[in-house]
Amino acid sequence: MRPAEGMRIDGFTLGPRLHKGGFATIWPVTHPDHDLPMVMKVPTILDGFDGPTIVGFEVEQMILPRLSGPHVPRVIASGGFDPMPYLVTEAIPGTSLQPLFNTAPLALDRALDLARRMAAAVHDLHRQQVIHLDLKPGNMMTRPDGTVVCIDFGLAHSDLLPDLLAEEFASPMGSFPYIAPEQILGRRDELRSDVFALGAMLYQLVTGQLPFGDPPGLRGARRRLWRDPLPPRAIDPGIPPWLQEVILRALAVDPAERTASAAQLLFDLEHPEKVALTARATRMTRDGFWTVWRRRRRMGRLRSFARPPGGTAAQIMEAPVLIAAVDLAPDMERLSERILNGMRDLLSVRPQARVACVNVIRTHRIGIDTGTDDEGRHLHVSRLVALRAWGQRLGLPEDRVTFTVLEGTDPAGEILDHARRIMADHIMMGARASSSTRRYLGSVSSRVVAEAPCDVTVLRLPQSGG
Amino acid sequence: MLLAVLSDIHANREAFAAVLEDARARGATGFAILGDIVGYGPDPEWCVDRAMRLVAEGAICLRGNHDSAVDAAESLNAQARAVIDWTRPRLSPAQRGFLAALPLTERRGEVLLVHAGAQAPRDWVYVTGPGSAAPSFRACDARLILCGHVHVPQLYSCDLRGTVHDHPPRIGEGFPLLGSRRWLAVLGAVGQPRDGVPQAGYALLDTDRNELTLRRVAYDAAAVASRLRAEGLPEALAQRLLEGR
Repeated sequence: MRPAEGMRIDGFTLGPRLHKGGFATIWPVTHPDHDLPMVMKVPTILDGFDGPTIVGFEVEQMILPRLSGPHVPRVIASGGFDPMPYLVTEAIPGTSLQPLFNTAPLALDRALDLARRMAAAVHDLHRQQVIHLDLKPGNMMTRPDGTVVCIDFGLAHSDLLPDLLAEEFASPMGSFPYIAPEQILGRRDELRSDVFALGAMLYQLVTGQLPFGDPPGLRGARRRLWRDPLPPRAIDPGIPPWLQEVILRALAVDPAERTASAAQLLFDLEHPEKVALTARATRMTRDGFWTVWRRRRRMGRLRSFARPPGGTAAQIMEAPVLIAAVDLAPDMERLSERILNGMRDLLSVRPQARVACVNVIRTHRIGIDTGTDDEGRHLHVSRLVALRAWGQRLGLPEDRVTFTVLEGTDPAGEILDHARRIMADHIMMGARASSSTRRYLGSVSSRVVAEAPCDVTVLRLPQSGG
Repeated sequence: MLLAVLSDIHANREAFAAVLEDARARGATGFAILGDIVGYGPDPEWCVDRAMRLVAEGAICLRGNHDSAVDAAESLNAQARAVIDWTRPRLSPAQRGFLAALPLTERRGEVLLVHAGAQAPRDWVYVTGPGSAAPSFRACDARLILCGHVHVPQLYSCDLRGTVHDHPPRIGEGFPLLGSRRWLAVLGAVGQPRDGVPQAGYALLDTDRNELTLRRVAYDAAAVASRLRAEGLPEALAQRLLEGR
C-alpha cells in the first residue's frame, strides 16, 4: 500500500504531502482522538527489497518512542509493515535549519546563539543514551520558543537497544559533509561523533563553507582522516581565535582529542573567556604537504580509534559538568572547606570534569536592592573575588572552572536555573545545621534536592549531640 | 497483559520460587512454563506440585524432554538419565500423569510456545544460532516464538526477506518486538543457567507494549547445591549451579 492524500489508516487521515525526501515522505494527518498538529512519516520502499531503508525505519521506530523532552518530536503512533509502515509524531512548525544554513555565514551572535541551542539538544539525546549519528541542518528544526529539535533517527544508536544497522550492514552510513572519521571506520557507539557533526555545522554557520566540502562518496569523505580543514579565520579573520579553537577541537580527527561531550561544547560556547587557546586558535593555513603525507600514511592503515569507555552513559559520566554551590558567609567557612574537599574527591575520579563555582546573593525584594547601586555592585564584586579565591584551590586549569555570582530573591531557584542552563550533571552544596526557622521555611538545599534536574550531593558538618 | 515465561526449571525449588516472586512483584498477570520442570535438581515433587497449581490457576505448561523421560523413552546423557531415575520413584502417580499429559506446543494468538525447535517439537532440537532458528520460523506463521531447552538466552529475528538475524540479549531492558519482523526468543533457564550468570533466568512479555524483557533473579544457589550433595546426586550438577555454566 502507498500513501496518498485522503487515505485513512488506523484512524489517521492524510492531508496533502508536505515533503518528499530520498527515503521517506511526510504527510500532515488528523485523528479524532488526538487534538494536535501531527505528521506521518512513511518510508519509501522501492519495489523489491530495500534493506537499509527498512532497517533505518525500524531503528527510528524503536528509538524515537523511548526519547522524551523538548528536543525530540513526541511520538503518537507507529505502524508495522502490514499494510503500510508509518510513524506519526507531533508536527514541529516550520522548516528544518537547512534554509537558514543556506544563508550562512550568519552574524556571530546569531550563529553562537543557535550553536548553543543545538549543543543543548544533542546533549539531551546523549543523556538518554542515544547517539544520533546523522546530525545535519536538514535533521534539526526549532520550536517557536527557539528550542532545537532533532529529527530523523534512522541511523541512531541506543545503548539500551539492539543496533540493527551495526548487526546487519557493514558499510558506514551518514551524511558525508558532517560524518565523523570514526563513523567512516564503522564505529557506531561513539557520542563524540555527534560532537564532530556539531563542529562541522558550527564551522559552516560562521564561515558559510563546509569544512570538508561535500564529497560525493565514501572515498572522498575518508580524506578527513588526514586532511585538515582550512582554519575558519583564514576564511573570515573576524572570527575570534577562541571560536576557531572551539571549532577545530570539535573537529579533531581522533575522538580522544575531541571536545568530550556536547555539554562541554556548550560550556565552551557559554564561556569564551575560559577557552584555553593553543596553536590551533591562531593558525591561518592548513598543514603542509609533508605533514599531510605522513598523516595519510598513518591513517591509511588505521582500522579503528581507541574504544570509548563502555556506553554513552559511561562516556558522559567521564566528562561531567559539576556545580559547586558555596555559601561564603564567615560562619560557613568550615562547611565551604568540606565542599572543597568533596569536589577534590570527585575530581580525582572524574579528571575530565568541568566545575562551575556558584554563589548566590539573596536580594530581599527586587527594586530595592537594585536601587542601592554602588553597594550592590560592590557586594557582587567582593563575592566574586572570594568565590575565585575559594575555587582556585581546586587547582583546575582556567578553561575547566568558572565562577558565577547569582542574585535573586530565591536562592534555590537561582541554583536550579543555573543547573538547567549549563546542563549540569551534579550539584554539590552544603546544608546548615537544622534549626526551627528552617524547619518552617524549608532550606535551600532541600528544595534543590527535590527539584534538581541532576544528581545532588548535600554536605553537612558533623553535629554534636541533639 | 504481562505474561511471565519460564523454562527449564529443573527441580530447582529456590530458583522457581524466586522467579515467581519477582514476576508477581513486577505485575505479571499470567504464567507460562515451557517445560523441563524436573531433572538435574533435588526438588522435583515441590516443583511439579507448584506447576500443577499454576496450571489450575490458568497457566500454560508444556512438556520438555526431561519431563517426557520420566515415563517415556528419551535419549539423555548419562548424568541426566541418572537424575531422572532418581526422580521417577519420588513422584506420585498424579504428578507423573500430569507430566505425561502436558502438550508439546501452545498457540496464543500471534505467539507460539514450545520447549525446543518449533519444526519438530518432539525431536528436542537446540536453537543455538540463526541457522538452527530458521527452521522454527519456517515451520509456523507465529509472529513470536518462545522456547527454551538451550539454557542460554538469545534473540533472533526473521526480516521481510526471510533472513534470520541474531541479537545480543540485553538483560533487564525491554526489547521492542517490531511489527516488521518475526521474532524468536530462547529463554534462559530458571533452574540451571549455562551462560556464566548463576542467577535464575526468565522473561516478561508485555503484550500491550509489544516488548520482551529478559530478567535474571538472584536466589540461594548454595542451598540447592547442598541439597544436591545431601541427596548424593552428581557433584558436577552442584558446581554447575554455582558457576552458571
